Amino acid sequence: MSSPWKWPLRILALGYLAGLVALPVGSIFFRAFQHGFGAAWDAVTTPDALHALWLTFVVVLIAVPLNTVFGVGMSLILARHRFPGAWLLDAFVDLPLAVSPVVVGIALVLVYGRSGWFGDWLAGHGIAIIFSLPGIVMASATVSLPYVVREVLPVLQEIGTDQEQAATTLGAKPFAIFRRITLPSIRRSLAYGVTLTTARVLGEFGAVVVVSGAIAGRTQTLTLFIQDGIENLNVVGAYAGAVILALIALGVLAILGRDTTSEGRKRRWRSPSDPSPSSSETPLLSTT
Amino acid sequence: MTVGTLALLAAAVSTAVFPAVAGATPSGSVSLVAYSTPKPAYAALIKAFNATSAGKNVTFSQSFGASGSQATAVANGLPADVVNFSLAPDMNKLVKAGIVSAKWSATPTKGMVTNSIVSFVVRPGNPKHITNWASLVKSGVSVITPNPFSSGSAKWNLMAAYGAQLALGKTKAQATTYLTQLLKHTAAQPSSASNALQTFLSGEGDVLLDYEDDALYAKSKGEAVSIVTPPQTILIQNPIAVPTKASNPAAAKAFVAYLLSPAGQRVWGKQGYRPVLPKVASQFKFPTPKKLFTIDSLGGWTKVNTIFFTPSTGVVAKIEQGLGVSTSSS
Amino acid sequence: MSPPPAVDLGVRPDGPIPNPFAHGLRRSVGRWAGPGLAVTYLSLLVVLPLAALVSKAFTSGFGVFWQAVSQPEAVAALKLTLIASLIVATFNALAGLVIAWVLVRDDFRGKQAVNAMIDLPFALPTVVAGLTLLSLYGPDSIFHLNVADTKIGIVVALAFVTLPFSVRSVQPVLAELDREVEEAAASLGASSSVVLRRVILPGIAPAMLAGAGLAFARAVGEFGSVVLISGNLPFKTEVASSWIYSLSQSDQLSAAAAVSVVLVVVALLVLVGIGLLRRRFDIGESV
Repeated sequence: MSSPWKWPLRILALGYLAGLVALPVGSIFFRAFQHGFGAAWDAVTTPDALHALWLTFVVVLIAVPLNTVFGVGMSLILARHRFPGAWLLDAFVDLPLAVSPVVVGIALVLVYGRSGWFGDWLAGHGIAIIFSLPGIVMASATVSLPYVVREVLPVLQEIGTDQEQAATTLGAKPFAIFRRITLPSIRRSLAYGVTLTTARVLGEFGAVVVVSGAIAGRTQTLTLFIQDGIENLNVVGAYAGAVILALIALGVLAILGRDTTSEGRKRRWRSPSDPSPSSSETPLLSTT
Repeated sequence: MTVGTLALLAAAVSTAVFPAVAGATPSGSVSLVAYSTPKPAYAALIKAFNATSAGKNVTFSQSFGASGSQATAVANGLPADVVNFSLAPDMNKLVKAGIVSAKWSATPTKGMVTNSIVSFVVRPGNPKHITNWASLVKSGVSVITPNPFSSGSAKWNLMAAYGAQLALGKTKAQATTYLTQLLKHTAAQPSSASNALQTFLSGEGDVLLDYEDDALYAKSKGEAVSIVTPPQTILIQNPIAVPTKASNPAAAKAFVAYLLSPAGQRVWGKQGYRPVLPKVASQFKFPTPKKLFTIDSLGGWTKVNTIFFTPSTGVVAKIEQGLGVSTSSS
Repeated sequence: MSPPPAVDLGVRPDGPIPNPFAHGLRRSVGRWAGPGLAVTYLSLLVVLPLAALVSKAFTSGFGVFWQAVSQPEAVAALKLTLIASLIVATFNALAGLVIAWVLVRDDFRGKQAVNAMIDLPFALPTVVAGLTLLSLYGPDSIFHLNVADTKIGIVVALAFVTLPFSVRSVQPVLAELDREVEEAAASLGASSSVVLRRVILPGIAPAMLAGAGLAFARAVGEFGSVVLISGNLPFKTEVASSWIYSLSQSDQLSAAAAVSVVLVVVALLVLVGIGLLRRRFDIGESV
């Protein structure tokens, strides 16, 4: 593909994004601020709204790191080891997606609820999961489980283990290898994975509404607050809440995804006799 | 006088004069779990209750959501001191779970706290001249009603339609045929009443079947709707109860008593709900349908649910299957 | 530099690298700690709830399970959901490739902003997404583009919620592609289309397939954003998740679990199939 394709591709991509994403998001912003910034601000600074925002933050701050650590670990396991049943483990990671969020909530209640599998044990030990913060965190973590794995694993597989092996033969400790070679090579995909996970946790409704009990000012996340707003025709409040969610997601990407759109430098180990890439040569397939 | 009598007298006097000192005023927190529509109403009711002597020391935690889901949540252990649903079967779910007494309806108001009716919500000016049930099935009219298998509101709507036919003198078979016609004219069956209202407000359909109180609320919020009262319609009755294992029964019962008192019922009325106390109801100018019937006249919810709303085998399911087979493309 | 300690670090020519958490004496425990924790986490969040769901689905025996799954509404909803999800996954895989290509290999003012908006469909609550799509592409559409109450509306809503995967699956892999191979091929006389077909696509095909699999899985389970624009009409535009919701609200939890299990099994089959396909690509890769 050479330059003639540049503009058609651009128009296709940007047109699709404009119609499918930019317009809907723009429309949400418009409705939030339709009656002025003050009205929107008032709507999201009521005690219930602020608590919902705080609760959402807490859930994100617990669920996302958990899923990140799990995601990287699982990716390493799947990328580096071959064992029978790996394909099944791989598929299990994606499964929560195929279950409608409401059903995820129901399934969690079936296990951790009052009359669930662990209900008696949990009650006996005074542990409240359903209708309490742990339940909300679990529901959010379940529905956003696959994203870090799905982002990091293909890159790990694509990159291979040459550099790590080289470092090992040179005597580097395993954790140093991880920190200095593996982690930087997955930085970009990890950033996307964490952003997707965060965004998903922010926007989750169906599973959370089942496991949380939706108690205003206690177990109501921002999405539940927004749903309340829609039910009660509090349009500004609902859309202003949605704007906040969008801004948080954008913020996470801004922090994590710095410079993720430029191409990666080559990461393959080269012997001293290999010529370095000439920077004057324009790659044929570039569209610039 | 004996010391005992003096003590009793002192106690009685102090309870009357110093209620807080005597500990007779309910206090503490009350967990309210209700269906989604009355949230704004409860904001007003709690404020009014807190202004009374009985309610000034009571705080509330509130949870609102789809009526069926809320009932399921309470059955799964959601703490609740007061439960208020949109139809009786959801209360019976809690009776089955052993959370609410089977005698919850043995009160002067039969366990109900508010009434409403099924109304037609149309575009301003009523351009399609929707005036009665027959106009809903005229050619070119499209109806919005929620999906009856996921929404209690939809069940009220369909039984209103069915019962209206019976009230007009039609036979059961003819009433069922009318339901078929109605569902044929239904352009969308959103999963909840709230979604149905949003769908209607987004420009779909010519008429929305909805609770009168919901429609009045939408109108009060400035939405572009007109309300038409059908000449025959069903009385929507919303149950309320204090669960047996409520953690704060005194305060909960005081609150429910307030909700059923003339003062409380007046607040409900101002919010668009028809009071259950006839004396208070007459103070409001709610439209009076020519024929208002209850679910009991149609056999009661238990029977109606089984006959009409059992998924895949009930009357409504069979109608949908018939319509689906003839009109679905693959 | 002194020779490394005489401990088998597990280095094999093509094999696994040492577990970063397996130091020295605690190596044996450390080797299993990571996978053990990961599997425990997976079990608590996914395997156990899934097992509970399956158990609920078969509570009253296989006969009742089969009845729930073969009801006309369930069959219609499942068919609609699977076909729509397949269409969306495929279409968005292509769209995602085009978008990722433009983001990685092109440069223009505002590219960062475009890149940032890709994740937004995830962050928005599905009901807000649904309402917005309904207002933009429903009866009140300013473009007079009304897809409400149609199967197309379902595809639009599903495309919206699965877009982030389709782009973000391909994007990092595309960015990490070894440009030297493309340059080498070009300098040896390969035309652009050959380079695309034989160098680039094999490199990103596994990621595209993975993204398509995720998109498919998400699409079959999607409820909130679809249910408004679709009109939710039984036998016409009612998706499986909506029928499952109706069953759960009608006190038919076992039937709801049964239909859910069917969806999960189908998604599992698709994901496993994709995994096998990807393995073929990996083996075929010689770079």
